[in-house]
Amino acid sequence: MEYLLHIGELVCILAVLAIALDIVTGHMGFVSVSHAAFYGIGAYCSALLAVLCGAGFVVALLIGVFLSFLMSFFVSLPSLRLHDDFFVIATFGFQMILFNVFNNWIELTRGPLGIYGILPPVIFGWHVTTNLDFLILSLLFVAFAFFVVNRIASSPFGRVLHAIRENEVTVGALAKNARRYKVSAFAVSAMLAAMAGSLYAHYITYIDPTSFTINESILVLSMVIIGGAGSKWGPLLGAVVLVTLPEALRFVGMPSAIAANMRQIIYGLALVACMLWRPQGLIGEYTFGREGERK
Amino acid sequence: MTSLAGTHSLSKYFNGVVALGDFSCTVAEGEILGLLGPNGAGKTTLFNVLTGLLSPDAGTADFKGQALVGRPVHKIANLGIARTFQEVRLIRRITVLENVLLCFKNQPGEKLFNVFFRPGLCKRHEAMIRGKAMALLETAGLIEKANDLADNLSYGQQKLLSIVCCLAADAELLLLDEPVAGIAPEMAERILAIIADLPKLGKSAIVIEHDMDALKSIAHRMIFMDAGRKICEGTPDEVLNDPRVIEAYLD
Repeated sequence: MEYLLHIGELVCILAVLAIALDIVTGHMGFVSVSHAAFYGIGAYCSALLAVLCGAGFVVALLIGVFLSFLMSFFVSLPSLRLHDDFFVIATFGFQMILFNVFNNWIELTRGPLGIYGILPPVIFGWHVTTNLDFLILSLLFVAFAFFVVNRIASSPFGRVLHAIRENEVTVGALAKNARRYKVSAFAVSAMLAAMAGSLYAHYITYIDPTSFTINESILVLSMVIIGGAGSKWGPLLGAVVLVTLPEALRFVGMPSAIAANMRQIIYGLALVACMLWRPQGLIGEYTFGREGERK
Repeated sequence: MTSLAGTHSLSKYFNGVVALGDFSCTVAEGEILGLLGPNGAGKTTLFNVLTGLLSPDAGTADFKGQALVGRPVHKIANLGIARTFQEVRLIRRITVLENVLLCFKNQPGEKLFNVFFRPGLCKRHEAMIRGKAMALLETAGLIEKANDLADNLSYGQQKLLSIVCCLAADAELLLLDEPVAGIAPEMAERILAIIADLPKLGKSAIVIEHDMDALKSIAHRMIFMDAGRKICEGTPDEVLNDPRVIEAYLD
């Protein structure tokens, strides 16, 4: 039972990340591989505040989210001028820089030793200690992220994002400042990712840089694409599938040493299979990529 | 009639090729100006300069007394200039109705703050523009296609929709790049009727078109250009009977 709750936890945390990334990738059409970095900002910021200053969960979370909001401009202002592959490379660079900060700023982050002893959250008198409590809290986070993204997607703001996904030049000719939309959407996405990070730090109670690598970013991107980029339930489904599928290997009696490698193979295969046979993802409606590139 | 927009000695070169050479023109309020000329005459370049997609190498352009050169594309559009593209650039994977809704300017729901903290305002405005959009689609005869993807429209319907979008933007100056080229005659007539009615709505237009009969039926004035320069200008009859125009088109 505890094991199932733990899997549920992981699904929720990654679902928040996938939903966050879907604003940028699914709705706006920009592939970002920097979300593990924002996830890390949220996690480190709230872990450090909790451990060093004894800050409560809510305060640490909000400050982490705010820092991630500020950091998002470092990525979005210079790199949202870029398109397609070039944007991916820019976000990749940011991901690498942040990972190295987590890994090498020993005085602050303790580098590869990580930060331990993060206390479980207390939210307005609610002591979140058991796995069940955590699952409830995580589900609330998922619901919040889901609400935010769907509210945006169904608003006139979201309509402009969808237009940017298809044809940015036309959006300018329609008297919309595409840059403003892109920067705002990226900021919201980074803030939601930081929320997931904060939750993760308090759940695992120990963080180290290996949780915030490029592999994590690519995993989240795979969830979005496999689930269905730009669709309502797609990223959520993607998170469920990509977390539970490798877990299932445990039950077919595969040794854990092989299972760890199988996990990577499964992610890769799933992504390739998706690109070949189901480019719109499991439940998505629109083929991933800009309109000029399809068919 | 007072002048709405004008260009003064605009020049634009592409690797030494003259796309626009010392080109000046004006368009008055409520006027439809026809732009005629062979391929490569610089007609579309003129539109690109006016809408800010290209910056000219020399010269100025103004709209309602405001300088256009150096202004970003979206700000020029916001002043009240809308355009269509020769190759029709709609947002293809959203519906026809959404394409029209997208064109309304200054929607409160385009600001994230309003989306989350003033949902009532957004909803009211959305309902209002939705009504206007449906009315525009009704007039244009596209109402039954409202919920189809723009991609599923015929070429003629797409051209029609791109003009409806300009109307939704409530622009005072429409730049129409070959609005009836390559489409069925009855659809062309529908589009020409909408363009001919623009002055009644207080709007002006510059229309590029190779179909001389179509252009003659709607234009108040015409300019014939070649190799980036204005060759002649006048009423449709004057321009179409000018020996230089006849020569250019009969060759």
